[in-house]
Amino acid sequence: MSSADFAILAPEILLAVYAMLALLGAVYTRKDGLAPALVWITAILFVLVAAWIGLGGGGTDVAFNGLFIDDAFSRFGKVVVLLSAASILVMSQEYMARRGLLRFEYPVLVTLAAIGMMVMVSAGDLIALYMGLELQSLALYVVAALRRDSVKSTEAGLKYFVLGALSSGLLLYGASLTYGFAGTTLFSGIIEAAGEGTASLGLLFGLVFIAAGLAFKVSAAPFHMWTPDVYEGSPTPITAFFATAPKVAAMGLFARVVHDAFGGVVSDWTQIVALLSVASMFLGAVAAIGQTDIKRLMAYSSINHMGFALMGLASGTAFGVQAMLVYMAIYVTMNVGTFAFILTMEKDGVPVVRIDALNSYASREPTKALAVLVLMFSMAGVPPLVGFFGKFYVLSAAVQADMAWLAVLGVIASAIAAYYYLRIVYYMYFGEPSDALNGGRSPVLWGFLMASAAAMVLGVVNLFGVEGAAALAAQTLVN
Amino acid sequence: MTPADFAFYLFATAVVAAGLFTVIARNPVHSVLWLILAFLSSAGLFVLLGAEFVAMLLIIVYVGAVAVLFLFVVMMLDVDFAELKAEMAKYMPLALLIGVVILMQLGIAFGVWQSSPIAEQNLAARPEDFTNAANTNLLGQLIYDDYLLLFQLAGLILLVAMIGAIVLTLRHRSDVKRQNVVAQMMRDPAKAMELKDVKPGQGL
Repeated sequence: MSSADFAILAPEILLAVYAMLALLGAVYTRKDGLAPALVWITAILFVLVAAWIGLGGGGTDVAFNGLFIDDAFSRFGKVVVLLSAASILVMSQEYMARRGLLRFEYPVLVTLAAIGMMVMVSAGDLIALYMGLELQSLALYVVAALRRDSVKSTEAGLKYFVLGALSSGLLLYGASLTYGFAGTTLFSGIIEAAGEGTASLGLLFGLVFIAAGLAFKVSAAPFHMWTPDVYEGSPTPITAFFATAPKVAAMGLFARVVHDAFGGVVSDWTQIVALLSVASMFLGAVAAIGQTDIKRLMAYSSINHMGFALMGLASGTAFGVQAMLVYMAIYVTMNVGTFAFILTMEKDGVPVVRIDALNSYASREPTKALAVLVLMFSMAGVPPLVGFFGKFYVLSAAVQADMAWLAVLGVIASAIAAYYYLRIVYYMYFGEPSDALNGGRSPVLWGFLMASAAAMVLGVVNLFGVEGAAALAAQTLVN
Repeated sequence: MTPADFAFYLFATAVVAAGLFTVIARNPVHSVLWLILAFLSSAGLFVLLGAEFVAMLLIIVYVGAVAVLFLFVVMMLDVDFAELKAEMAKYMPLALLIGVVILMQLGIAFGVWQSSPIAEQNLAARPEDFTNAANTNLLGQLIYDDYLLLFQLAGLILLVAMIGAIVLTLRHRSDVKRQNVVAQMMRDPAKAMELKDVKPGQGL
């Protein structure tokens, strides 16, 4: 332990100190009256810290004897996590304030969750992994139940908590088996103890349990069952948060563990990840078809997208990790835009989540309908848009790793999933005339929706340079 | 059989038996009491291992605080545990089947378990020898030096738990009278009572 260790952790320490100061400041002054200001300050701080981490650059630094790793991969993850958390905070402010949900603890809890996510993508040790994961999860359980007068929100929080505790148990059991096998909890020690080739039985048991625990956190099938209920029950801005930053952090952690700790036994975990990938892609595509609630639909959509991101990981190569990172960055951008739209769906000030409420929306709000059309096409992976390139990346990663069967299954699942994205577009443009939606003219949400849709179109030029950063991140992780 | 062996078997049997009775006891208060016995016996096992600090922590924290808190919660909650258990009993056969299958799989795995060839070396790399030095010093070294980051993160997790408990349960009720300590202390006897000279037959 030295000052150099603390210097590497400076962004996390800054956010932690800020969270505690904000908490104390709000408790001793105007309490919830301070919440809107806190939301904005937190969002600005997130953006500044993201800029600091992203533009700071630097090589690979290890702090606290390997517990914490700061490298290009963790920096990529942290920038995406912080920027998406900041967007969601800004988007949520008005919605939460109007429904009396804007408590000053909300930005503080989101900050603490963000610290947990930053530790997750930087973890270099099984204990650090678990600490980051729990810090993030515990804060998320609380915000899921934030609307405590609503039965559904309470149910969402409780369900998330109980199933999350179960998955933490599985993960811890796997971690203890891995520790028993390797005699150390450091990733660098585990990869050394595991050797090359195929994993011995003890390590394999640990790997399977850890993978199951992490699959729960990324909501990959067959560990997805909490997702639709939690997405439906939580307040919509919280759902938007669940669908973005935590997914990136959990996916980053997944990649970190399998490459840093189990990098010597690639052939053993690629089959697990490939199975998770196929199951998630098909479940997300098929189960979403019958949904009438757009939040549940987005839950299945996120399961489907996680399947595609896992396909990149399943290829087990540096290019696969790069594809996964690019896919996650695109996924987050699309989801921010889509949720900005869902937050504007209301009638006489009451939120509406039924999909058929979108009937003939295009005739009343042509600009917004066009933006949603672009986002839905991008989610479905229609060629000229950025979403297509995300899918193309993971598919080519699978093909390059001699997993053409996985790529073929991915294309089939993608074709099935296109149905429900296009159904939303169909409702908007060709649905029966109705006036199920009015209001919802927040300039902030409009801005996020338009920016996200524009990014889907303009990003085709060079993906805003995400590719290069992702390639660098993947190189540092896999080698 | 040395006294240490005897103590081990005594404590080990007590832990297993107490754990079993915690689950199957009909009265929830008895369950908590069995749980306390399980904690105490595991503290005994820790002493046998030479980890006296952890043993004392187990007694102070788990028995002294957690178990007593459990006891209060169990006594104050109006939950019909018999009904809950009847509900659980419906799924018992399936749960037992899955449990037995997992147990057998783990048993098979245990039979052919092999640690990594360098696991011993990794474990020996830790300089701490808990049998010879004072536990407290070594744990302090570990927690506040090597694992400082993890210790602080655990602190943050507890902070989140505290915020969460307050956010989800605290309700500011405006229809209750609260004690205002400052107002009570600042009370001035001279101003607290006013004497009025009421004329007969008029009232105030």
